[in-house]
Amino acid sequence: MSASKTETAENPQFYLEEDHHPENSTNLGFWLYLMSDCLIFAILFATYAVVGRNYAAGPSPADLFDLPLVALNTAMLLFSSITYGFAMLQMERGAKAETLFWLGVTGVFGLAFLGIELYEFSHLLHEGAGPQRSAFLSAFFTLVGTHGLHVTFGIIWLVTLMVQVSKHGLIPENRRRLMCLSMFWHFLDVIWIGVFSVVYLMGVLG
Amino acid sequence: MTDKAPAHEDAHAAHHAHSHGHEASHGSLKSYTTGFILSVILTAIPFWLVMGDVFDNKAVTGALVMIFGVIQIVVHMIYFLHMNTKSEGGWTAMALIFTIVIVVIALSGSLWVMHHLNANMMVMSPEMMKNMP
Repeated sequence: MSASKTETAENPQFYLEEDHHPENSTNLGFWLYLMSDCLIFAILFATYAVVGRNYAAGPSPADLFDLPLVALNTAMLLFSSITYGFAMLQMERGAKAETLFWLGVTGVFGLAFLGIELYEFSHLLHEGAGPQRSAFLSAFFTLVGTHGLHVTFGIIWLVTLMVQVSKHGLIPENRRRLMCLSMFWHFLDVIWIGVFSVVYLMGVLG
Repeated sequence: MTDKAPAHEDAHAAHHAHSHGHEASHGSLKSYTTGFILSVILTAIPFWLVMGDVFDNKAVTGALVMIFGVIQIVVHMIYFLHMNTKSEGGWTAMALIFTIVIVVIALSGSLWVMHHLNANMMVMSPEMMKNMP
């Protein structure tokens, strides 16, 4: 008798809790995903730190890397971060057109970043400094390439959300999705800080 | 006067709860601009240190680059990702601390083990060396 009583007492409480924080749990879950992504990058950074000086008599970072180009690339990603921030501010105001505009600007900066990175990669491959050349270059292409792949998927996601927002407006679902992409986009900028510090600046330093 | 103060506080609390109900956290124009300006400065200094050959000692430059990198990551966490100890009841901060612990163990552990790899290997005789695969 007491068992059936507790069961009925528990059920409504369970539903209430489910109803109460639907968006918060999405944010926390997405944050946990970002943390697991952070671990992927940590392992790639560790690999680079271990084998990053094994050149196999090939080119070293000081021979290959063009720091002004990296600085330009960093600026592109930083600009895209602040313009995404502007998009979020417009979203909170409920201004659909302005949100779409700033999302578009973010996408353009993201594409500029990718374009510069692909130019750099093709330049390296052209010089014979491909991922198969040395352990250093394998680790470099894996680490920077994984980051670039994340930015690529971020841009695909961004375009998808722009279509969603222009079709359905700034409904709660789209606000939640924009919030998740905001965290993803800023997270990629955080990873890039590690990349330009550890790979490019420390590499050129020797 | 005495009536007004609690009412104001109530309204403030209500607004606070409201804003947290919709999004876990969001910034203002001021916080985004502050974060952006700090990031530009914190990016420009390490690039200038390396590209301008400011210090002769490479160890000093390297240490400064890493310190500025860490500071900039903290700036991004606060101003762009709006990290604080209260959002989601402290669970995001908890997850972040856990991840940092794992990252530090993975990075320092890998470097430490691999750096001492030669010292930790069994001593090889020339005979063994010859028969190595």
